[in-house]
Amino acid sequence: MSFETICSNIVKIMGEYWYIFLVKGVGITLLLSAITVAFGAILGSLFALAKMSRIPPLRWLVNIIVEVVRGTPILLQLYIGYFIVPQLLPFMEVSDFTSIAVALVINSAAYVSEIIRSGIQAVDRGQTEAARSLGLNGGQTMLRVVLPQAVKNILPALGNEFVTMIKETSLASTFYIGDLMTSYLAVKGRTYLALECQLIVGAIYFVLTFTLSKLIGLYERRLKSHD
Amino acid sequence: MTNSPKVMIETVNLHKSFGKLHVLQGVSNQIREGECVSIIGPSGGGKSTYLRCLNMLETPEEGQIFVEGVEITGKKVDINKHRQKMGMVFQLFNVFPHLTVKENVTMAPVLLKKKTRQEADEMAMSLLARVGLAEKADEHPGRLSGGQKQRLAIVRALAMEPDMMLFDEPTSALDPEMVGEVLNVIRDLLKSGMTTVIVTHEMGFAKEVSDRVLFMDKGVIAEEGSPAEIFGNPQNARTREFLSKVLY
Repeated sequence: MSFETICSNIVKIMGEYWYIFLVKGVGITLLLSAITVAFGAILGSLFALAKMSRIPPLRWLVNIIVEVVRGTPILLQLYIGYFIVPQLLPFMEVSDFTSIAVALVINSAAYVSEIIRSGIQAVDRGQTEAARSLGLNGGQTMLRVVLPQAVKNILPALGNEFVTMIKETSLASTFYIGDLMTSYLAVKGRTYLALECQLIVGAIYFVLTFTLSKLIGLYERRLKSHD
Repeated sequence: MTNSPKVMIETVNLHKSFGKLHVLQGVSNQIREGECVSIIGPSGGGKSTYLRCLNMLETPEEGQIFVEGVEITGKKVDINKHRQKMGMVFQLFNVFPHLTVKENVTMAPVLLKKKTRQEADEMAMSLLARVGLAEKADEHPGRLSGGQKQRLAIVRALAMEPDMMLFDEPTSALDPEMVGEVLNVIRDLLKSGMTTVIVTHEMGFAKEVSDRVLFMDKGVIAEEGSPAEIFGNPQNARTREFLSKVLY
């Protein structure tokens, strides 16, 4: 198979299936990643709070969840989510997309909780002491002094988590939920041109993650320049 | 010192340990209204820990602390209310980097409903003008020098209109040429009769401004007296040894 054939095949495939790759595939991949990171951040914040809480059983519970999530393959977690979520919610129709999203959110929350916890704990203790010495209570100190500074540590890392998720969600194609990797499986099945489809999908993934990484880098530099 | 002014801070037999390190081994003292008390002594002697106990940034394991007659070591005390009355200035300034200079000053009074936003703004500007920081009001502290940061930290504490001020080595982290400007602000404050406790290594300053000097070593107040007594005629052998090393 020559280089020219591959190139012309790619052009042909893109001419015919661009919609499946660029709109449907990219759309669902971005949507799934965004949902995962957004809800993962919310759940991850709760996990982080639980980890720093003064109630030991709460800390243990979250630590167990986090360690299990980090110590097992994400694909396995997706399988478990795929089969378990619909059974946990028998009273409603749960789509495959939802089941997979739930599994991804829990996976992401485990990692994000670490990002948030370390972001908060990286804020100098003197800041808390200064705020408390003025008479602010614990909550006010967290909200007005610690979190605004922690956000600078957390947001860039959260952006990188989004980039990671764009790649991780490709595993969701195992369940044909329509993401970019599912587009690959579908088009390859119809054209029997595996390598060409792989190159196309790889290029799209790369452009997505590379662009996003650069944007995050820019944003990070802007945050730093404010100090 | 007569016995007439009321006792602002009283500590009774304070003990504090960090792990195996017994930092405070029974510290008792009374600080009266309008008094300026300096605490001197070798590093690790318990000076800063003692000061940080006064507003419960450190919790003593044993002993009692009374602030304006209320036992703040008690269980049901709203410590935040008492801290509002006790301004604190730290060695490392701890100004809030995410807020402007003015916001550093106004945040606590507004948040704790001591002042409306407008009142707080006006007070902040006049306080900042007093320490020569008025034109920096809208900048972030990242652009200030160490001396300016510490002056800002003092103003931030004063904005809560405290009854007393605690200074924890306020000039120890400063470049030498900036020590004077910070000491001048403190000197100014003392003229207004503010009750003040200062942990310091600036012996000249302690001698000049204090009503009373505490020499702390090995977790206890080894000697206390007027500046003339402590610096002129120390009785305790450890005080003499310490002063001979720092007053060269």
